Amino acid sequence: MAHIPLLPEQIARVKDLASQIAGQVQYFINDHSSLSVERTILRLYGVDGLAECGAPLPNRIIDLWQKNGDVSSGISSAFAGAMLTSDSSAQKTAELIAQGKLLLNKHTKHSTASIKKKEKELAQNAVKQLAASKDRKEKKIEQVPLPIQPWRYLIVATGNIYEDRTQAESAIYSGADIIAVIRSTAQSLLDYVPYGPTTDGFGGTYATQANFKIMREALDKASVEHGRYVRLVNYASGLCMAEMAACAAFEDLDVLLNDSMYGILFRDINMQRTFVDQYFSRLICAKAAIIINTGEDNYLTTTHAVDSAHTVTASQLINEAMGKRAKLTDDLLGLGHAFEINPEIENAFLYELAHAQLARELFPDAPLKYMPPTKHKSTDIFYSHCMDTLFNLASVTTGQGIHLTGILTEALHTPLMQDRYKSISSVNYVFNVARDLGSEIEFKQDGFIVKRAQQVLDETEVLLNEISTVGLMESIAQGSFADISRPVDGGKGLEGVFKKGSNYSNPVMDMLEFVE
Amino acid sequence: MKTDLIKPYGDTLNDGIVQLSFTLPVENGARAKKAAELYVKKLNFEDISVVHAQKIAEGFTCFMVYAKAMPSIDFSKVEAKEAEFEHMDYYKINAMIKEEFGREIIAVGATIGHDAHTVGIDAIMNMKGYNMDYGLERYPEIRAYNLGAQVSCEELIKAAIKYKADVILASQTVTQKESHISNFSELINQLDAAGIRDKIVLLAGGAKITNEFAVKLGYDAGFGANTLPSQVASFIVTHLIKLKDAMAQQTMGSA
Repeated sequence: MAHIPLLPEQIARVKDLASQIAGQVQYFINDHSSLSVERTILRLYGVDGLAECGAPLPNRIIDLWQKNGDVSSGISSAFAGAMLTSDSSAQKTAELIAQGKLLLNKHTKHSTASIKKKEKELAQNAVKQLAASKDRKEKKIEQVPLPIQPWRYLIVATGNIYEDRTQAESAIYSGADIIAVIRSTAQSLLDYVPYGPTTDGFGGTYATQANFKIMREALDKASVEHGRYVRLVNYASGLCMAEMAACAAFEDLDVLLNDSMYGILFRDINMQRTFVDQYFSRLICAKAAIIINTGEDNYLTTTHAVDSAHTVTASQLINEAMGKRAKLTDDLLGLGHAFEINPEIENAFLYELAHAQLARELFPDAPLKYMPPTKHKSTDIFYSHCMDTLFNLASVTTGQGIHLTGILTEALHTPLMQDRYKSISSVNYVFNVARDLGSEIEFKQDGFIVKRAQQVLDETEVLLNEISTVGLMESIAQGSFADISRPVDGGKGLEGVFKKGSNYSNPVMDMLEFVE
Repeated sequence: MKTDLIKPYGDTLNDGIVQLSFTLPVENGARAKKAAELYVKKLNFEDISVVHAQKIAEGFTCFMVYAKAMPSIDFSKVEAKEAEFEHMDYYKINAMIKEEFGREIIAVGATIGHDAHTVGIDAIMNMKGYNMDYGLERYPEIRAYNLGAQVSCEELIKAAIKYKADVILASQTVTQKESHISNFSELINQLDAAGIRDKIVLLAGGAKITNEFAVKLGYDAGFGANTLPSQVASFIVTHLIKLKDAMAQQTMGSA
């Protein structure tokens, strides 16, 4: 692979700065929990389904628990106490609570030690389930091998999970290695996970555990038929980051969009809430071997893709540092970037190569997520198809990990079956004819690409220095990313954040944080 | 009566050549190709060549077809209007606002309904703008409030009243199940109910929005894909001047 020579000392410096920045946020995270983190604990303990009022049972239980008053101890011990009283499963206990037949706060007859024991048993079982998902995936990959990178990522977005399945099968037939089921518009702002198979999404399909299962089963079948393991993607970013991770782990999903920065900037989700949620979400992903994808590519849709290239790199470094604190290993860090430079800029392709190669150099073992052109896509579908072809060339030449296939009708509609086919034909063509181009070329030492990559890294270092001085939360409030400013106390979901009391317990988190 | 009959053009006037691409839910093969040809024939084309047939999934085949279209259309009878205004640049627009109004123009924009796409409203309103053309936020003579996505019609109208907006920009990218039509209509209805429809310039935008569509719904103009912020700003200024002049005339008339 051709390399851009970067100073190891400078790489160490930017990684250290990113680690400091992540560390500052971690202090805040460690002191807080959120209602959605607590709902996740219930899910991991075995609570699922709907209450009689129609709300998901985990939401119903947390609502009732909140009405008891003080939430600072967390749900775990109260629920474990209720289970000792009911002497039945987590699901049955939750149903009794929802029906008003069992109270959450009247279990003082059990000793602290017996409650702790019950919590430990529940948490161990939860962690075992997460690890089992990783094992199941590894077994499948032993039977049908993973394709080589860049993995061809195709989206389906019909709104109907059964129609999505047909579209996914078609994409796999044409060469897709990864299927992403786009979520229904605005699901990221729902403060609950919808339930059951669904057919009525807008601009995408609701992410539900049942829908995950339907799609994963279809992909398992297709993987065997086509002789390569096809990965399944969904989205955790939003108000239910950790719950989504739990549901995804139960159904053996492979990749989750998992980025609090995206939620803060583009969905106006409160930053305190989503940093807290993200940490637990990523701990779950780490245990279940779910690759996270981050959303830096989006920054370039609202800013100038040349002037703001360093904000992408800075955010990738911060996301890597936050990911590592949540025990994610390099192979699970699908850091995002994009091919979004205005095609009217002369040598735009050289800038793109420089940016893509820089990401490759900084994160050599990460399955980088590379986003196709979107902002400058034309309604002239033939022109857009040409743009995607060059994107494909940049991707294979710089050895990207997860290749989000650009669709020629990007500027028009969610892909038709034939749009998807034509787009993937271009990927197949370019990846095949230029497979080893990257290892045949060298970048000229004093050339445009090398100098440009160095410039972006220098600007990144300056920005990281600024962020480490004021802190990440304040930087976001000042509009450092995507030209969007979000206040620390603004946005959606802040009311769901609480400070942990001295008797707070989340034994699942404790176990997930402990890695030998 | 003068007529102006036209047909699609390939390489000779009135040859009627059209390229088509579509998928049929059948396995590829001789019968599939014949079905594609017969189907295009049913669409009233002639000289049909199915130039490419490709299996794209189990039980689905995609075709590329060239064919000659038979009907002509009288272009002289075709009516459609682009939003009428002179396209001015950033400097001229600012100068004109200063001269004509002597105060900032206030614009409030949002992506309405459940639509989460900010790409359209951001391209027009954000500082950076679109394709090297500054967004409304950058104009010293325009005060622009971009409320973002998933804003309900009530919230948008509330903000417009609070900020004393001259202009409301509503954006819709998602058009699945015609959700954009119901959202745009709801906004108009609520503006009518609030009694402020006639006092503001109301614009609709989105990748698939045309001026004709927007005007039919009762908007002052509609802007589709590739619209530049300066085009929108030009329309706003031109239209506000018209409103101002009309108002002045009314006052004179009643005097």
